[in-house]
Amino acid sequence: MNPSSLKSRFATRFLRALTQIHARKPICSSSPTEIFRRYRRIKAAADKSMAYSVRSRKTWTGAVLWKLRSRSCGRRSAKTSTFIKSQQAIMKRTRHEKQNKNTTTTTTTGEHGVGFGVEASELRELVPGGEAMDYCNLLDETAHYIKCLTTQVKVMKKIADFYSL
Amino acid sequence: MSSRRSRSRQSGSSRITDDQIYDLVSKLQQLLPEVRNSHSDKVSAAKVLQETCNYIRSLHREVDDLSERLSELLATTDSAQAAIIRSLLRQ
Repeated sequence: MNPSSLKSRFATRFLRALTQIHARKPICSSSPTEIFRRYRRIKAAADKSMAYSVRSRKTWTGAVLWKLRSRSCGRRSAKTSTFIKSQQAIMKRTRHEKQNKNTTTTTTTGEHGVGFGVEASELRELVPGGEAMDYCNLLDETAHYIKCLTTQVKVMKKIADFYSL
Repeated sequence: MSSRRSRSRQSGSSRITDDQIYDLVSKLQQLLPEVRNSHSDKVSAAKVLQETCNYIRSLHREVDDLSERLSELLATTDSAQAAIIRSLLRQ
């Protein structure tokens, strides 16, 4: 395995996080609540590890880490509330633009002109930080996000298979 | 028909050409498992976006399932075994 690849960077970070999660409750706790809590922690660790393992500068990694941090903090500091306000302002602006565009355009098929309609807004919801991106960046970040997600799934599958031996 | 140029321009960004968008969409198309094997050379961009959304959703579901599976497995395995596995995977 190439030691400097995204895959190995993610695998190392994620395994380290898993060991920490496991070390927290050494006594076997297999109640459904515990399993659920641990599932949330594992999923957060996986997303966090992937976001940190990315070397190139991408918007979605920042959005993932911000979401995780704000969820764990619980309270809103001055910084995060301004972040939210700026996101909302951008969303309002792009929605307004989209409404103006949608009255004159229709989603075209097979043409170069791409509809900025329903599919793009769906994609914006799925890709972290997608609401604030312009269309070109959205497509670019989506491609990178998919690549990282598939790596994440591959590594997690390998680890789960090893553990279940 | 309204001009295509005004459609593809977003405020605050430089002029986005249709070619750029086409390149990005075909790059996405290469990543999708089903559309890649599609017979037609040019799939509609809307379809690519739709398939992308579905694919991302299925990847999210897989991550959820794997996290749940790992959570259950962590409950049963012991830490020494975990350390061994970690060193094995590093190589």
